[in-house]
Amino acid sequence: MKRLLAAFLLAFAALAAHAQLTIDITTSGGRQIPVAILPFAGEAAQPQPVSTVVGADLARTGLFRLVNAVGVSPVPTEPSEVNFVDWQARSAEALVIGKVEPQRDGRVEVRFRLFDVQKQSQLASFSYVVAPAQLRATAHRIADVIYEALTGEKGVFSTKITYVVKRGTRYELQVADADGANAQTVLAANEPIISPAWSPEGGRIAYVSFDQKKPIVVVQNLAQGTTRVVANYWGNNSAPAWSPDGKRLAVTLTRDGISQIYVVPAEGGEPRRMTTTPAIDTEAGFSPDGKWIAFTSDRGGSPQIYRMPAGGGAAQRLTFEGTYNVRPRFSPDGKSIAFVQRESGRFRIAVLEVDTGQVTVLTDGTLDDSPSYAPNGKMILYEAQVGGRGQLAAVSSDGRVRQRLVSSAGDVRDPAWGPLPTN
Amino acid sequence: MKKIFLSIAMATLVAACGSQEVKKDVPVTDRTAPTTQPTQPSTATTTSPATQPAITANPLVDPKNILSKRSVYFDFDSNAVKDEYRGLIQAHAKYMVDKRDSKIRVEGHCDERGSREYNLALGQRRAEAVKKVMTVLGVQDGRIETVSFGEEKPAGMGHDEAAWAQNRRGDIKYAGE
Repeated sequence: MKRLLAAFLLAFAALAAHAQLTIDITTSGGRQIPVAILPFAGEAAQPQPVSTVVGADLARTGLFRLVNAVGVSPVPTEPSEVNFVDWQARSAEALVIGKVEPQRDGRVEVRFRLFDVQKQSQLASFSYVVAPAQLRATAHRIADVIYEALTGEKGVFSTKITYVVKRGTRYELQVADADGANAQTVLAANEPIISPAWSPEGGRIAYVSFDQKKPIVVVQNLAQGTTRVVANYWGNNSAPAWSPDGKRLAVTLTRDGISQIYVVPAEGGEPRRMTTTPAIDTEAGFSPDGKWIAFTSDRGGSPQIYRMPAGGGAAQRLTFEGTYNVRPRFSPDGKSIAFVQRESGRFRIAVLEVDTGQVTVLTDGTLDDSPSYAPNGKMILYEAQVGGRGQLAAVSSDGRVRQRLVSSAGDVRDPAWGPLPTN
Repeated sequence: MKKIFLSIAMATLVAACGSQEVKKDVPVTDRTAPTTQPTQPSTATTTSPATQPAITANPLVDPKNILSKRSVYFDFDSNAVKDEYRGLIQAHAKYMVDKRDSKIRVEGHCDERGSREYNLALGQRRAEAVKKVMTVLGVQDGRIETVSFGEEKPAGMGHDEAAWAQNRRGDIKYAGE
């Protein structure tokens, strides 16, 4: 059975190429760091142009402006060749040079250096020896180093995202790089797939399958392609959310009547009931420190966001504005909660500051859903419905930068941003 | 186009369920019912005349029998069963009381607005509302499973009130169908 599934997955992987996402960015206000990223020596002979991928990664954040390097000849690839005065004149604050050199064993060595142009000093330098097929991943790692050196925050260019593509009656759970490249179908079904959630270590995805003509919660191991049903009780089984240690899942079950929150072992096992109300309690999300579970409840008459201690106990209401606040997700620092707010019939992504109760609406769509924080907390990935079709979009957590990931693949929905890779 | 793939999906469903030959056309009739008027599902057009005699043998699929009507529609943001559907639910409750081995699933649905998971819970509450009417009328709790498809299986594919009205519903499905 497992082997059959694996063969299935390989067949689908071959089809994934045409599902690529392209990205459209808009920024409003705020300073952008001018950075010059020069072509790497020798990269033209390789399957991936490393410097182009690095530049695209940085530009996509809206935090950087790429400085034109036209007319620079020869292009410096060593520190001694850099004319800092020239780059100051071009108003670059940072400069990236590098080279790609084939090794005897077929691999390639990628070196890069990042300079502070004003101080004429080196900020970072790395060398990687990789297979040519890994050059794109290496470019993302370089972008991560540059991003962290220039902003002080972790880069998320080497992370993955997952989302569901609906094509006619077919549903595909896909995993792609954070820039939408290398999309792979990890599960295909003829019934809906919803609510994919990454495990904290990134090796598993929990989701809701309707293959049995009702919602059940399944955990899929990505490397092995194996699946395990973790909740298939009488009624509905849905809304999986991982505990930060990856050992448990909060889920919504209706086995005792109305939708209530339970916690189950990630390997499956007896659920422990966490809420006891005559109202809907669903859409659980753990805080990063594991102490809290945020969730949606309509116990007060309209759906609002609450939190309760993850070990059980009294819930506390967190949202008070409006009549529809749902789908909470904690930020990686635990200080904020992204959620979906309805106002005047429009559904938008908003952020709640937990300590102050301050709410900021970040998007201006009509049917935005499924907010998911990047692991550095700087961007929120979400689903936007445009022209009756789901599309992926992202907004910076301060609302200034917006990205739309345009796919040719059909209806794209329910995204989730994966964790930082463990090196 | 939508109808075509619906039919294909239903044909697949029938094949997968391995139901008896008598019921061959049944799910098609059920599913295409709410495509135009949510309050007045019409089943006549898609029923093949050739299979008519076999179908009329089963009250659940006889278009003239109220038991062939399976969808209960709800108002926006509401899980209150409207009076116009009480007769339909009562007929199914009576059928189940008489036919003691029958079991059903009530499938709740929502329109596309709002979060997927909250909609899933709302759809389940609609299914529960239908179930409650039936249990009050004497059908045992354990014979009715309520599940929800949330906004995932719209009957109306548009993005306006006409489509949404078709999607706020509870569907009664007998075991084996």
